[in-house]
Amino acid sequence: MSWNVVSMLSGESGADRVVPPTGFTARLTMFTAAAMAFLAVFALALSLATDRLATRWSDALARTATVRISAPPEQVARQLEAALTVLRTTPGVAEARALEDDARRALLEPWFGPDLPLDDLQIPELIEVIETEEGFDAVGLRARLAGEAPGAVLDDHTRWRAPLVRAAERLRALGLISLGLISAATAAMITLATQAALAANSQVIQALRLIGALDSYIARAFVRRFTLRALTGALAGTLAGVAAVALLPRADSAGGFLTGLGFSGTGWVLPLIIPPAAALVAFAATRFAAFRQLRETP
Amino acid sequence: MIELDNVAYSYGNDSLFSDVTLHLAPGSFHFLTGPSGSGKSTLLKLCYMELMPTDGIMSVFGKDVTTMARDDVARTRRRIGVVHQECQFLDHMPLAENLALPLTVSGRDEGAHVDNLDELMGWVGLSRRAEALPPQLSGGERQRAALARAVIMDPEVLIADEPTGNVDWEMSLRLLQLMVELNRMGKTIVIATHDLNLIRAAKSQVSVRVLRIAGGKLRLAGAEL
Repeated sequence: MSWNVVSMLSGESGADRVVPPTGFTARLTMFTAAAMAFLAVFALALSLATDRLATRWSDALARTATVRISAPPEQVARQLEAALTVLRTTPGVAEARALEDDARRALLEPWFGPDLPLDDLQIPELIEVIETEEGFDAVGLRARLAGEAPGAVLDDHTRWRAPLVRAAERLRALGLISLGLISAATAAMITLATQAALAANSQVIQALRLIGALDSYIARAFVRRFTLRALTGALAGTLAGVAAVALLPRADSAGGFLTGLGFSGTGWVLPLIIPPAAALVAFAATRFAAFRQLRETP
Repeated sequence: MIELDNVAYSYGNDSLFSDVTLHLAPGSFHFLTGPSGSGKSTLLKLCYMELMPTDGIMSVFGKDVTTMARDDVARTRRRIGVVHQECQFLDHMPLAENLALPLTVSGRDEGAHVDNLDELMGWVGLSRRAEALPPQLSGGERQRAALARAVIMDPEVLIADEPTGNVDWEMSLRLLQLMVELNRMGKTIVIATHDLNLIRAAKSQVSVRVLRIAGGKLRLAGAEL
């Protein structure tokens, strides 16, 4: 085919003048494009928010581990020292330090309050382990700890991190699937609107064919009109969607996932992709519908 | 120019006509008559490739129509002007733009042809109606407009299907006069009509060949015409 998006947009305006103005299909196309663009903004915000969430969770839990010493009281100090010695001589461990009472109390404070009597309770000793970039061999470390300090239990956070990251990745995938479905629904609606317009103008199309109009000329008239309508509608929908996202409550430390829904930094530029993408979808859908119907016209 | 050799056309299993052989020579003037439903319009549609023969060999300007691509069909139609009894216009565009439409769709510069357009509108007597919308035109004006649109591309062949079906006798003669003038300019004319008086009026001015299609066969009409 000798014409493409650029020639369609830069082509002479005479082509689309041959199609009579049709208010219903125009309004339908613009409304569909606006509504879909509005939803697309939210789907995009969801994808970006889950992406940030996955990164945050991953970063927060990555490259740290905890060793818990659960041993009879008379052995705790010896096993703590033995575990620290093992850790400090393990490749991949950047730092290992036993948590002070204050730090352990702070960890338990959300559940038991600030006045927890640590001396009266048998709270296990905790060692915070910070890994190097390369990380350590968890299996080997566990084996060494079992030999030197049998009460030491290594928790490398994998069992916490993996499901959280997996959940965030699934949410991100759902956001992307939503974007795909929105694009497909937009294409379907615009195809239907185009077919309605083509059917309503079958006499015009027949007349144009009779005076020697090429299929590409007739199709261009419809494609150009529907693409510009979709672009206009999507632009309005995108602006409304971005405004709605901007008006959502701001994320704070106490806020959950929903307050983090939105864009940050250069992410605010991403919704600008939606109007041209909608126009591209409309272009492809209209072109497909127009040529399919034109093939049935003698 | 347009050649049909043993051409047949069927709607499904119903044969409309068969073994039709017709050669339209440059500058010839043909009338096509016959009862309603005999296949006059279908035969004309074959000539401008709105339909394709179901059997036989047919060529237009030397090209086999059965192997022509859709774009070639469209380009070839620019060399054939067509006038219908119920001519279709684009009702939202003024008459002048409707008449210039063949130039527009073929990518020719309308501006360069504006003198031709004015002259053409004067020729069919519609100079004062340039800005009128098609629904505002009378039956006679529509037919003259259809004729003007059909010839604006300077086609080699003009095909008219019952062009005088909706107009009075005075307007029929006026339309015939225009087509006779075109024939004298070297255009090939084919007119399907029921109106024998129109054929007689034409015969008094130019050499015409009258064909009659009936019973599924195309024959030269008798001397009564």
